[in-house]
Amino acid sequence: MQQKDVLPMKPEPAEKRTAATAPLNMTGSEAVIRSLIAEGVETIFGYPGGAIMPIYDALYDFQQEVHHILVRHEQGATHAAQGYARSSGKTGVVFATSGPGATNLVTGLADAYMDSTPMVCITGQVAAHLLGTDAFQETDVIGITMPITKWNIQVTRPEDIPGAIAKAFYIAGSGRPGPVLVDITRNAQVAKFDFEYKKCDYIRSYRPVPRLDLEAVEAAAELINSAKKPYIFCGHGVLLSGAEKELIELAEKAGIPIASTLLGLSAVPVDHPNYVGYLGMHGNYAPNIMTNECDVLIAVGMRFDDRITGDVSQYVKQAKVIHVEIDAAEINKIIKADVAVHADAKTALEALLALVKPAKHDEWIQSFREADKQEIEKVSTKELYPTEGGLKMAEVVRLISERTEGKAILVTDVGQHQMVASRYYRFKDPNTNITSGGMGTMGFALPAAMGAKVGAPEKEVVAVIGDGCFQMTLQELGTIYQSEIGVKIVILNNNFLGMVRQWQQLFFDKRYSSTEMTNPDFVQIAKGFFIPGRKVTDRADIVAAVDEMISHNGAYLLEVVVEKEDNVFPMVPSGQPIANIRLE
Amino acid sequence: MQKEYTITVYTEDRIGITSRITVIFTRRGINITSLTTAETEIPGVYKFIITVLSEKEKLVKIVGQIERLIEIHRAFVHEEDEVVYQELALYKISTKALQNGNIELLIRENNARILTITEDYFVLEKTGHQQELIDLQAKLAPYGLIEYSKSGRVAIIKWSRRFHDHLKELETQRPDNLKQATYKEHTEVSAEEESI
Repeated sequence: MQQKDVLPMKPEPAEKRTAATAPLNMTGSEAVIRSLIAEGVETIFGYPGGAIMPIYDALYDFQQEVHHILVRHEQGATHAAQGYARSSGKTGVVFATSGPGATNLVTGLADAYMDSTPMVCITGQVAAHLLGTDAFQETDVIGITMPITKWNIQVTRPEDIPGAIAKAFYIAGSGRPGPVLVDITRNAQVAKFDFEYKKCDYIRSYRPVPRLDLEAVEAAAELINSAKKPYIFCGHGVLLSGAEKELIELAEKAGIPIASTLLGLSAVPVDHPNYVGYLGMHGNYAPNIMTNECDVLIAVGMRFDDRITGDVSQYVKQAKVIHVEIDAAEINKIIKADVAVHADAKTALEALLALVKPAKHDEWIQSFREADKQEIEKVSTKELYPTEGGLKMAEVVRLISERTEGKAILVTDVGQHQMVASRYYRFKDPNTNITSGGMGTMGFALPAAMGAKVGAPEKEVVAVIGDGCFQMTLQELGTIYQSEIGVKIVILNNNFLGMVRQWQQLFFDKRYSSTEMTNPDFVQIAKGFFIPGRKVTDRADIVAAVDEMISHNGAYLLEVVVEKEDNVFPMVPSGQPIANIRLE
Repeated sequence: MQKEYTITVYTEDRIGITSRITVIFTRRGINITSLTTAETEIPGVYKFIITVLSEKEKLVKIVGQIERLIEIHRAFVHEEDEVVYQELALYKISTKALQNGNIELLIRENNARILTITEDYFVLEKTGHQQELIDLQAKLAPYGLIEYSKSGRVAIIKWSRRFHDHLKELETQRPDNLKQATYKEHTEVSAEEESI
């Protein structure tokens, strides 16, 4: 008879186990975990299932080294990993099983690919001998994810695991970052081999860091030095390369106004004297129209998305365009560059700074401020400081911005609330704006916010979410509760799919086809997950409610019922020239 | 304007690389008219030769997106005069046709050759440009053409010498020395050579 008090064998202490100098015989699954540890991974977002169970079993021995966060849906894991990557600067890691687990990653992979977010997804796969036989939970995840990953690979032998993971991290994080998927068959997870880990820093067919072309930098400097109306566009690439300081220095030295793309937001503090606002379909009025006034456009780490350019045939025709971009495929894709600086933003800006002469263009910057007046008068003041009618999204965002002093990480979902929050939150610090830009993935914010909080626990993280978006991934409240993630959730509830409704009003004769929502009691839902919350419908209560939310230690849900049929302005109607921007 | 272009892609030897390349054409709704692939003179480096009917501007962007793939070394779009190329066709014809004196003339005139003869059929082979192969097919039709099969294009780039040197260098040099090898260098190679 066995004694009752015999404990299962304790895992060896971590220090002994992680020393990866001499080859150790182990299973492929243990090798997966040790490879991740060697890459400095501390957090994994995932969901177990049949084909990845051996890896989860190996993970059980490394709970001190690696923190696994059990999400409620694999899509949530991908967005959490994205939020984590964007707030921490590290590569986000996701675990999922084969078949449905893997297919549930598709939206997040596509989102991360569009928004250049470093992420490594590890999926379990059926045993190699079953591949292609329509085995239970078998999907061709490599085929499915090929066009939406920077790279993917299927591993069918344990000895290929460390190399594949090393390459995955190198590819995901270098050059223009992006998502990578490693699919590991079950037999490779359970078979044993001699483990040795070597980080990857070279792939002969891959050039993540272009060498700076000094001639191009000189040509760019020459254009800037002779410009009367130079204009900088700050894109996501500035944040990704950590070039905020260099960009601001350049703008200050040469007296250049800076506008930001949606994903470039937070690189430049909103109150910086050279900052003129945010570009795009629902961006600010002045920075949009001034695009067609400048004489030299310096686009840094951005890709001229159609939501920024509108009709390209009437876009920035008058100016010389300098395009600083790390991804050669983006250069000349939409807008022909007069000077292409194919380089990492920081490297390029450092070199440019040395060659640019001090200059002032006060009158030019002032012309932005003049144009601003129209927007302030026709839009912003009414939105930010209303005195009557229903609550406005903008005033809620303003209060959050004031209460957090612009220092919180703002995570937004997709739609009207996203555009309003991006317009009115007064960002102070870099990497505090997390949103789904290229894909426009509804349901992004809640899981991304929890990832962002895990990646930057010292920061206040506020997710601003629409009532439609929230219901796409609200099950992640379970993750927030279980893993005690202190995110602040603000639902701006207009009981409509607001952006679609706005388009229906403006372009479809107010035929509100399937956009009105009969919503549940969001505060009760939060309560069901043991998350406190409050619902506000009156202007009189909103200041106290925002304060209560921010003061609360831990997760909190604030539902604000806002004006039902409100529109976001300014607006450049889709596909039209930016000159057609509407203020009302 | 739509025109026939040849695209060459130099790749690593990896499962799925064909899908990775072709899906980029699919996205833009461009039909691949032929695709040939084989290992180059550099071990482990493969060359894809793709022909398409499209516009150069579109193809330059597509080639940029192909080059972005991790396991691609380089990709190029070529005008017709930048490549020396050839295609191959096989024609299976009823043996009875040989009794007709005209077919012998046709074979000679076209520099075709007979690969095999059986009691029922014989197989002709001809290399040349696409139109010549198609023309011969039309001429053979009245003689009882049973089956016709044409290859994709194989091509040699007229200005490719230095690029191949570069790939060979990749093979021999230590990886660490090459981390800085750049896009610009590649571009210079092709730009210079193109002008020759």
